Amino acid sequence: MTRTQLPTRVLEILGAWVLGIIWVLPLLYAVWTAFHPAAYATSFTPDAPLTLANFARAWEAAPFARYFLNTTILVTLILVAQFVLCTPAAFAFARMEFPGRDTVFAIVLLQLMVMPDVLLVGNYRSMASLGLVDTILAIALPYLGSAFGIFLLRQTFRMVPQELDDAARLEGSSLMGRLWRVYVPLAKPTYIAYGLVSVSYHWNNFLWPLVITNSVTTRPLTVGLSVFASTDQGIDWSIITAATLMTSAPLLLAFLLFQRQFVQSFMRAGIR
Amino acid sequence: MIRRETWQAWALLLPALLLLVAFTHWPAVATLIDSLYTTPRGSRPPRFIGLENFASLLDDRVFWTALRNNFIYAAATIPASVILALLMALAVNTALPGRPLLRMAYFTPTMLPMIAVANIWLFFFTPDYGLFDQVAGLFGLGRHNWLGDSATALPAMIVVAVWKEAGFFMIFYLAALQAMPPDLREAADLEGSSRWNFFRRVTLPLLMPTTLFVLVNAVINAFRLVDHVVVMTRGGPDNATTLLLYYIYETGFRFWDTAMAATLTVVLLVLLAALAWLQFGVLGRRVHYR
Amino acid sequence: MIRRRTLLAAGSALAMPAIARAQGVKLSFYYPIAVGGPIPAVIDGYCKDFKAQSGVEVTPVYAGNYGETLTKAVTALRGGSGPQLAVLLAAEMHSLQDMDILASLDDVGLDAAGKAWMEGFYPAFLANSRADGKLWSVPFQRSTAIMYYNKTAFTEAGLDPEKFPTTWAELQAAATKLVKRDGAGKVTRWGVKFASDIGNAQWTFGAMANQAGQVLMNEAGTETYFTAPKTIDAMAYWRSFPFDGKSTPEGISAWGQLTPDFLEGNAAIIQHTTGNLTNIRTNAKFPFGVAGLPGRDGPRTVVGGGNIYFFKSASPAERKAALDFARFLTVPERAADWSMKTGYIATRPDAYETPAMKEFIAKFPDANVARTFLPVATGELSTFENQRVYAALTNNVQACLAGTKTPQQAMADTQAEAERLLKPFKKG
Repeated sequence: MTRTQLPTRVLEILGAWVLGIIWVLPLLYAVWTAFHPAAYATSFTPDAPLTLANFARAWEAAPFARYFLNTTILVTLILVAQFVLCTPAAFAFARMEFPGRDTVFAIVLLQLMVMPDVLLVGNYRSMASLGLVDTILAIALPYLGSAFGIFLLRQTFRMVPQELDDAARLEGSSLMGRLWRVYVPLAKPTYIAYGLVSVSYHWNNFLWPLVITNSVTTRPLTVGLSVFASTDQGIDWSIITAATLMTSAPLLLAFLLFQRQFVQSFMRAGIR
Repeated sequence: MIRRETWQAWALLLPALLLLVAFTHWPAVATLIDSLYTTPRGSRPPRFIGLENFASLLDDRVFWTALRNNFIYAAATIPASVILALLMALAVNTALPGRPLLRMAYFTPTMLPMIAVANIWLFFFTPDYGLFDQVAGLFGLGRHNWLGDSATALPAMIVVAVWKEAGFFMIFYLAALQAMPPDLREAADLEGSSRWNFFRRVTLPLLMPTTLFVLVNAVINAFRLVDHVVVMTRGGPDNATTLLLYYIYETGFRFWDTAMAATLTVVLLVLLAALAWLQFGVLGRRVHYR
Repeated sequence: MIRRRTLLAAGSALAMPAIARAQGVKLSFYYPIAVGGPIPAVIDGYCKDFKAQSGVEVTPVYAGNYGETLTKAVTALRGGSGPQLAVLLAAEMHSLQDMDILASLDDVGLDAAGKAWMEGFYPAFLANSRADGKLWSVPFQRSTAIMYYNKTAFTEAGLDPEKFPTTWAELQAAATKLVKRDGAGKVTRWGVKFASDIGNAQWTFGAMANQAGQVLMNEAGTETYFTAPKTIDAMAYWRSFPFDGKSTPEGISAWGQLTPDFLEGNAAIIQHTTGNLTNIRTNAKFPFGVAGLPGRDGPRTVVGGGNIYFFKSASPAERKAALDFARFLTVPERAADWSMKTGYIATRPDAYETPAMKEFIAKFPDANVARTFLPVATGELSTFENQRVYAALTNNVQACLAGTKTPQQAMADTQAEAERLLKPFKKG
């Protein structure tokens, strides 16, 4: 820092802030438009009256409560299943010897590239033959076995000191006991970081849920929002921005409250 | 003893593996099979036609446009979002006024659903009274039909994608930067090396694993993220913003030509595989994992 | 005790067979509208009334715009969880038939009264309902394209606000006059805007082709006439607005953007659906007029909108209930009510004879404009592989409006693509 000249530094800070302002601009616009009458959606006069009517209109116009419930069920289902399924698999890859391990691991890693999002057509057919079209389970199924999760947890588990494992083994802990009492607690930052990525990904995921859901009782927020925004009569930005803010508020608030912890978990999780 | 461990390992693997194979590997294989048949329609069952679907793809103007668009899109979004992410991380890693706020600002796009912000961007790009044209008007610049002009529609999509992704990648860089031992910097200061030299010789190489990770994600997203296309342009004008996955969606779920959609998916999978090989094979070797 | 209940049930079943049979029938009804606006509330109300009357529970599923609803309905039907009835674009008839998912009205069962009821619709709205000697859909959410114009802008430009252009030449001249520029030469108001985005360009263009006196396809939906000289004239006419008259922006204008443009004063004239009348009436801050579309020689327009389709996968009882519901929705009083609440055109002449409708039209003469243009309206472009033909046409229209293709080239390319797509459907 000492050798940086002051003018350069000022310029850097200025640049960082200009970039930051550009980056929040859509959010600022959403806040502006959502809290003002529709007439001010495109003109920015400081004395525009404030209103909450847009939120009321948006909330009444679509079953957002139901969409919230659907999305919450969806992300919870995916998160829990991913933790439960990936943990043992990652442990097997990290700390067990068995023939074919590397081959199987490579096969798993294929999914890092061939993500389920790309396989719309194939997965739709599978869901149709399983009779699962238009269910929340069908939205979740392709994502439950997650190569990313397995990969991440494997890396973390490999960094757990072998002595701790051995000590637990001497005490007579079973395989599952060791996993549960030694590995999982030490991998907590990884779980948090991975959980954050997973929740924000599935909260915002769109194309696959769009394809597989048909009704209000299964649609997640994103699909509900898209149905809501596509109108025959022309875009009404004030109501759309109100809906946008409502639907992203939980995630935004969560990040605001926990942002320090998030970055730290990413750091400790070794996703870097 | 060994046999028991093998048995146990497979038991641990099985649930996750089963789901992975059922919903990633099997559909990929099924897609490949589907691409060799005709689309079943009404009373006409699918018929085996070998590689005919691939042959007709070669004649499909839209396919080539989509492919070209996707390459341009990837070539622009990947470096732009990765470099911006690194700059952002470097910025918020130093002590500067309002740092938490700035970090928050960079990260918000990640938290907002693309489907929703696309509608906001739609306003920004609106000709005449949209935000960009209003701002341009202040500087006496003319109007532009950003999304309605084939020349600017794809760049507009690129801008939205970069905006959406950079903050997400920043977090990974930031985590890596904060984990770097501070004594490195102090040593460099003592040696009197310039900031740029230090960045180039020390920081950047240490960030290589992160860069590889971010790059893999950026590449995938360049072929996976089409939500904004669905909302903002639906591939138009005249296919100027049609990306491969969007074309797959359109062919499969708007035209119901499942065989052709499968054929397109196979092409996309081959493309992704080639890119994966490139990244891990060529770049991966240069990365020094600790 | 048990015997008595059985007897009672049997007795009431004999007395009221239709209603007793309908009890417990549940229908899922896909509907093409974004949630929001007044329409879902109206439809919800009709479903409730129908339940009270027949015992049949109809659940509307609002699935977005026409394109999205079509996608949803077909994917759902293919996935085996489809609706029993849906409102989809009238023009999708051939494509839906080809997928073998429709039940024709004849299959569902039309008695003499039912046939008489079908005779009662405006012929223009049945244009996209007949194929293979059968009826495939019931007109419902129907509209025509009309012009909304800003009367203040007309006065400013020295035009008569009570007299909307009726010929192409007049509209071209008026549109150019309506363009307003600021001191720097920047356009602050465009003369006219037409929707040219995907899903809408084909509708705008269908009207223009009809204005030139050209039908775009045969009734069987297996042939298209894009290279006919009159079709090319229509394309050249559209292109004249951005390039000759400079009265509309180059490149594409999106459907959803047209209403805000008009309300903002950014476009003096927009071509839009009658279904938008209520919305514009509520939100316009200036006096506006509604007029029919012009034509080469005189006014011509195109009908649009959705019909009610019935699906094969439904049980006979469900199909019967669905048909009853369609009839319930289109009795004169309800057709009139629907039109008054939404701005869509009542699909039957007898709806305009109801006292409520007469009173309404006396109060809002604008509401009658669209109906008076029905005699000069044509059906919407409708072929097999409909969505693909639409895509081909739209892409080429967009290329032409962006200046990368001449009208001849654009139409030749559209025709070539359409012929390729329709080849498998030509009989003999």
